[in-house]
Amino acid sequence: MYVAVKGGEAAILNSYRLLAQQRRGDPAVTELSIDQIIQQLRLAVDRVMTEGSVYDPQLAALAIKQSAGDLVEAIFLLRAYRATLPRLAYTEAIDTGRMVLSRRVSATFKDLPGGQLLGPTYDYTQRLLDFSLLATGAAPSADTSTHVAAPAPREAAPRVIDLLNHEGLVEDQAVPEGDPEPFDLTRQPLRFPADRSARLQNLARADEGFLLAMAYSTQRGYAESHPFVGEIRFGTVELCLVPEELGFEISLGDVAVTECQMVNQFKGSHTEPPQFTRGYGLAFGHSERKAMAMSLVDRALRAQELGEEVTAPAQMPEFVMSHSDSLESSGFVQHLKLPHYVDFQSELELVRKMRKAIARQDTGATPDPKDDAHA
Amino acid sequence: MRDPHIHFAYLDERTKRMIRRAILKAVAIPGYQVPFGSREMPLPYGWGTGGIQVTASIIGSDDVLKVIDQGSDDTVNAVNIRRFFQRTTGVEVTTDTTAASIIQTRHRIPETPLREGQILVYQVPVPEPMQHLEPLEVETRKLHALQEYGLMHVNLYEDLAHFGQIATTYDYPVLVNDRYIMAPSPIPKFDNPKMHMNPALQLFGAGREKRIYAVPPYTSVESLGFDDHPFSVQRWEQPCGICGARDSFLDEVITDDRGGRLFVCSDSDYCAKTQAAGVLAAPSL
Repeated sequence: MYVAVKGGEAAILNSYRLLAQQRRGDPAVTELSIDQIIQQLRLAVDRVMTEGSVYDPQLAALAIKQSAGDLVEAIFLLRAYRATLPRLAYTEAIDTGRMVLSRRVSATFKDLPGGQLLGPTYDYTQRLLDFSLLATGAAPSADTSTHVAAPAPREAAPRVIDLLNHEGLVEDQAVPEGDPEPFDLTRQPLRFPADRSARLQNLARADEGFLLAMAYSTQRGYAESHPFVGEIRFGTVELCLVPEELGFEISLGDVAVTECQMVNQFKGSHTEPPQFTRGYGLAFGHSERKAMAMSLVDRALRAQELGEEVTAPAQMPEFVMSHSDSLESSGFVQHLKLPHYVDFQSELELVRKMRKAIARQDTGATPDPKDDAHA
Repeated sequence: MRDPHIHFAYLDERTKRMIRRAILKAVAIPGYQVPFGSREMPLPYGWGTGGIQVTASIIGSDDVLKVIDQGSDDTVNAVNIRRFFQRTTGVEVTTDTTAASIIQTRHRIPETPLREGQILVYQVPVPEPMQHLEPLEVETRKLHALQEYGLMHVNLYEDLAHFGQIATTYDYPVLVNDRYIMAPSPIPKFDNPKMHMNPALQLFGAGREKRIYAVPPYTSVESLGFDDHPFSVQRWEQPCGICGARDSFLDEVITDDRGGRLFVCSDSDYCAKTQAAGVLAAPSL
């Protein structure tokens, strides 16, 4: 005999317990500390801060620990935490031209004021598993035992874009008239057409995998944009605030960011001379893949504005921006796990009814007046 | 029961006020989708965040809350959302449809008729009824503004032409107040007639899509159809296998691997009440 499904509450509580057990793993193994995550999984922390839209390594590390390393889940935790935080004030715009650089690379000029600075990067590592890392508590390997001295204060490193700008070769993106307050995606619903401030916020919070695939598609014939990395820089910038009651700038501290300026060929239009156009990417911490993908997609999404033919998904703002958020996509895809008994019952009943109708046609029987009743 | 470290109903008061403004606008324009600054909630998008935000914005300490999913108070998702509100508000909860002042629902309208003063909060996955026909919001917004619903009618007509009947069985489109076509959320079309001239306030929240809409009390809600193929609802040949009700939506339960089936009320509260009222159960199949 059927017993109505009960016991959901007990099941949830048991699920919590199992989850906590699985997250912790074997208690004989030392528990992961938040500091270890911040120090040794820094790139994961950076991604969670970027897509979680909160600059707080400690909370990001906590989220990573709590989610057992599922970064999309960690991003979700951080977003939910930030959603109801009050908006106390707006900082001044950061000036990445004054960044204290850890790394700076231009693919367009061999040398340039401020120079190229390789810094920490996996780019030129040979991707061979380093089995020395398997051993725990071992002495640091030879490579790290010699401490790399912090680079001496460097000459100013102006942004490549600004250098090109002197010649008028790259489009100028002046501050809009009246310097209007940017759209706030976390407080206002996204509507279309969306302005560039909304777009850049959306892309900054976008799932890295999604953005990467979108960017990649522009390199494979879906919205060709002839990109060059004008510059990638990673380092720290000072964050400043002008409190109303003080009227002058105070420094809140430094944040680490990665910035990418993509330079794209543009043949000109009836109003614009041939010049280079720009795509922009910015992410918290060291997130080069994200910043580069963002800048490619930003540029692709400007197709309509620049009078280019819109043919590919990466050029379609509604397509890209409506599907970029991992909370939205992960939530909705996974909601299919929820019960759909009622809807499925309705479909079941329809399919049976249609099969009956066809069977009747085949036998040439007359329609049943009780056609609408089932089961 | 209430967690003192969490603000009442989780959302901060400014957010609640913003959502209540959107609700007021929605009530003023029945069936119109009002965009709102949907927040990330501690539950995933697609699992009821729109309904949860609406409930969180209107709930007060003297409210009595009922939460159902697939008509039942005991499905895991309903339990989870109810627990969320118990934890964040400490309000009284109930499974009794008549005792509740707010009922949050996914996929059903209770069988027990609602009364004035009650609020039914629907969780909505896709607020735009034409999204599967025209994915661009810029376009569907225009179609609504111009009351240009040919697309929808052609879609229903194509069903008739292909299958001899309209093949939409849930989230069946309705015309609200003779003006806007609206998605009733994925309730079975069986429930559609209950929306019409309902004395309760019906609020719809779509968190991921960031829209709120409403059907005020005593508003006309007409399911789309054609003169020669009028809208009709599902019917069953047998009563509920537990309580014997003949007027409720029945879920099919597979009882063995030899084709055994049992049909039971999807609305667990209604089923329990009908049973208690002493209606003889039909012999189980």
